[in-house]
Amino acid sequence: MKASKGAVPEKSQAGLRPTLAAQNYFLACSCVPEGDMEVTLPDSGFGTLSATVTKTTRLNDDTLGLWLRPSRQYEYRPGQFIRLHKDEGNSRCYSLASVPELDGELFLNIRRTPGGLVSNWVHESLGAGDQVEISEAMGQCFYLPGSPEKNMLLVGTGSGLSPLYGIARDALLMGHLGEIHLYHGSRHRGGLYLEAELAQLMSRHKNFSYVPCTSGDEPAAGCLPGRALDLALARHQDLGGWRVYLCGNPDMVNSAKRKTFFAGASLKDIHADPFGF
Amino acid sequence: MSLFDEIGGEGAVNAAVDIFYRKVLKDDRINRFFEGVDMDKQAAKQKAFLSVAFGGPNRYSGADMRRGHAHLVARGLNDSHFDAVMEHLGATLKELNVPDNLISQAAAIAESTRNDVLSK
Repeated sequence: MKASKGAVPEKSQAGLRPTLAAQNYFLACSCVPEGDMEVTLPDSGFGTLSATVTKTTRLNDDTLGLWLRPSRQYEYRPGQFIRLHKDEGNSRCYSLASVPELDGELFLNIRRTPGGLVSNWVHESLGAGDQVEISEAMGQCFYLPGSPEKNMLLVGTGSGLSPLYGIARDALLMGHLGEIHLYHGSRHRGGLYLEAELAQLMSRHKNFSYVPCTSGDEPAAGCLPGRALDLALARHQDLGGWRVYLCGNPDMVNSAKRKTFFAGASLKDIHADPFGF
Repeated sequence: MSLFDEIGGEGAVNAAVDIFYRKVLKDDRINRFFEGVDMDKQAAKQKAFLSVAFGGPNRYSGADMRRGHAHLVARGLNDSHFDAVMEHLGATLKELNVPDNLISQAAAIAESTRNDVLSK
């Protein structure tokens, strides 16, 4: 269950993933309340609300940045995802690239998928001033404060950069001290985006590195040739004690989970968000 | 003091689960039985197994063990695979510097599930 009010006894969170514990989830079977608690079922609470499009920005040929202002107080952690509703029957989930303290508004990176009902609608029809329906934020892929000295490896393909952009900036904002390595993979240079922002972030923070990777035949200046995951694993062979974030293509994410685990990362420190677009 | 507490309780289980599951997944004799399963869900099961082997609270009956592994027995799960898992259990505990007499107690508990796991 999830506590919406009141202190959660530590014992009732033993064995839970740290990201779940951080969101006040607990095991009802081992919970002896120490005071008044208000609780909900784990899968309730994902209501919808309206939001206003404040602007759209072109990130690359296929990817649009969508900026939204929710109609009411909105709580989320960078890297979580929300459901964006086109109409009653059609909706898709998109990850949050924004950081509440830095951006004010919600920032989504929406990649156009061929024949995709929602992504094409966003690309073709949405503009500043439009109203849309969104869900509350969901998901376990986000930065946790605590152990700021641990190194972090972030690997994403395509618009899998979206949650990682949020997570990396969130970690830096919270004063993370360990190294943070972000690998973004695309077949071609044109599939990369937010390169200038990430380069700037790298120049401002000594412990942050951004490595764009292109896996296609044509080498691209400033990019490492090869797949992001392979390059990351070759350069960081011992991931013992690291925190790992993996987002994007499900095949990449699933293989990456196994490979980073084999390289020494603890399963509880591997955060993954597979999605097909 | 119970075996579970002697080995180190919940903390020992948490320390063991990564080491044990990594050994199992890397082992070509048995990793085909874990193809395509969700790693997080599987790790939770490995943790439950380790808790049992460490003499912790057991929430599984023999019938549960039979039902849970029947589809694997149908795919050829046999004594040699069970032996491989036992090997990894012992090696994991050794790596965690658990004394030999406690390792053999844990192994005996795990061994007691063999017939149910293999539907014998």
